[in-house]
Amino acid sequence: MIQLKDKLLRGLLWISAFLSVAVLVMIVGFIFYKGINLISFSFIFGDYSPTGGGGIWPMIVTTIYTILISLIIATPIGIFAAVYLQEYAKQGRLVRTIRFATESLTGIPSIIYGLFGAVFFVTTLKLGMSIIAASLTLTIIVLPVIIRTTEEALKTVPLSYREGSLALGTTKLQTLYKVILPSAMPGVLSGIILSIGRIVGESAAIFLTAGTVAAMPDSIFSSARTLTVHAYLVTQESGDIELAAAVGIVLIVIILVINLSATFISKKLNRATNK
Amino acid sequence: MSIPTNNKQVVVIDKANKRKYMLEKMSSRIFLICALLSVLTLVLIIGFVFYKGAHPFVAEGYSFIDFIFGKDWVPSEDKFGIFPMIVASIFATIGALIIGVPIGLFTSIFLAEIASKRVAKIISPAIQLLAGIPSVLYGVFGLAIIVPFLQNTFGLVKGQSLLAVILVLAIMMLPTIVTVAETAIRAVPQTYREGSLALGVSHIGTIFKVIVPAAKSGIMTAIVLGLGRAIGETMAVILVAGNSLIVPTSLTDSVRPLTTNIALEMGYAFGTHQDMLFATGIVLFSFILILNFVLAKISAKGGN
Repeated sequence: MIQLKDKLLRGLLWISAFLSVAVLVMIVGFIFYKGINLISFSFIFGDYSPTGGGGIWPMIVTTIYTILISLIIATPIGIFAAVYLQEYAKQGRLVRTIRFATESLTGIPSIIYGLFGAVFFVTTLKLGMSIIAASLTLTIIVLPVIIRTTEEALKTVPLSYREGSLALGTTKLQTLYKVILPSAMPGVLSGIILSIGRIVGESAAIFLTAGTVAAMPDSIFSSARTLTVHAYLVTQESGDIELAAAVGIVLIVIILVINLSATFISKKLNRATNK
Repeated sequence: MSIPTNNKQVVVIDKANKRKYMLEKMSSRIFLICALLSVLTLVLIIGFVFYKGAHPFVAEGYSFIDFIFGKDWVPSEDKFGIFPMIVASIFATIGALIIGVPIGLFTSIFLAEIASKRVAKIISPAIQLLAGIPSVLYGVFGLAIIVPFLQNTFGLVKGQSLLAVILVLAIMMLPTIVTVAETAIRAVPQTYREGSLALGVSHIGTIFKVIVPAAKSGIMTAIVLGLGRAIGETMAVILVAGNSLIVPTSLTDSVRPLTTNIALEMGYAFGTHQDMLFATGIVLFSFILILNFVLAKISAKGGN
């Protein structure tokens, strides 16, 4: 009886694992199979043409803009916030409130961020549907990610480093940027890279704040569409699955590169700090 | 360092120290302000969304009950009822959980306990990578493969349906659940396994009676994270939901969940119509809070 049950459960485990892997392989396979014919130099680096046959360079540029702007704002704020929580704050009501706020921000779905961005950045601050409005919205989305990963990284820096440095007569600030932050760097970097992944994959919040203009943005104050929004719109409006899949290939390659560099950087830096 | 011998040198060191102290004080203030920014943004988000969303009910005399239980959403006729969308969101989420959680959990157990090291080393990172794929692509896949499949299998007029939404969301939450749950299961101490096996319990028995219960809190986190991804998903869902404004009575009905309603109409809505979309956002927000609360309760209960 027990043996039968064991066999049954074991079978279920195998079937589930097979199903998961099969479905996920199918998705990636489907994207590549459908889209690979469109991939060419002129597709990636060519200007978009609404009549078809154009490239996706404007969407790539827009995506890069959003990544750069939101990281430039979110990274220092996130790192400083984590430093405060880990190195400066006395545990108490204030820290609990900040932690609660950060955790709550992680759980909010991106469409709500989009609503907020649309009313706050687009309307109230009069930025209009623009790359800058979308980037500011994305800043709020990735801020908790950077805070959390930096905090984790700071936790792993041994107390003896701090004591050693302070005992040499350095100030707290000197200890922070000469000793603590450098040894926490791998963790901080992987947090930043995680954030890039989050920004690249985001669609709903950008859709509501950057608009859908399919042209090379003149400046960060013009409306534009990112790769994900483009993939969505060509599917929704014209049912052009092949084009969407080709954009999908570019997205998957970006995510792959991001993941590999995260692994690479943390390995390399880990080795450097362990020396 | 030599001991300062005259007044001039003392003054110089004093000045340098003063600057140092100032810098110390200022930087700790800046760090505090940065940390408070996340509180401020949360307050702003809740404030703005609730202010806009509550406006029609507080200032314009719309009934909140009619909003929640009304079955008609016709902005041009001033009718705002989101009951069909609430039902669609609940069904879609529960359906995705029913399919996605067991498969994801069993896959993570397989990878952590059954698969050989070499196999797990290939599959685990691949699944981790899939967790990072933009969700829009899951929607494109759903529209191109799942929707026509349902259409042909069930002989539907259009394949965009509640079932299509459920399947796409279940697939989308798989990588998250597998990755997080696998980490949790691997973190269970080896001694637990050895102790159980030494008592004569079979390998499978050990997995389900000892290891899974020990990894329960991590597994719950996995489910909550997967759920979070599914429930807030918008763009992928628009592509496969069909967006009909009816209360779904079967799995093959075309539906419009809460998130899609916001994204579809936000582009051209203004005035009361736009406020009602914010109100839809509030409902979605509360929905997520309640679900997280319930799941936290379940896991706390399981812990005892």
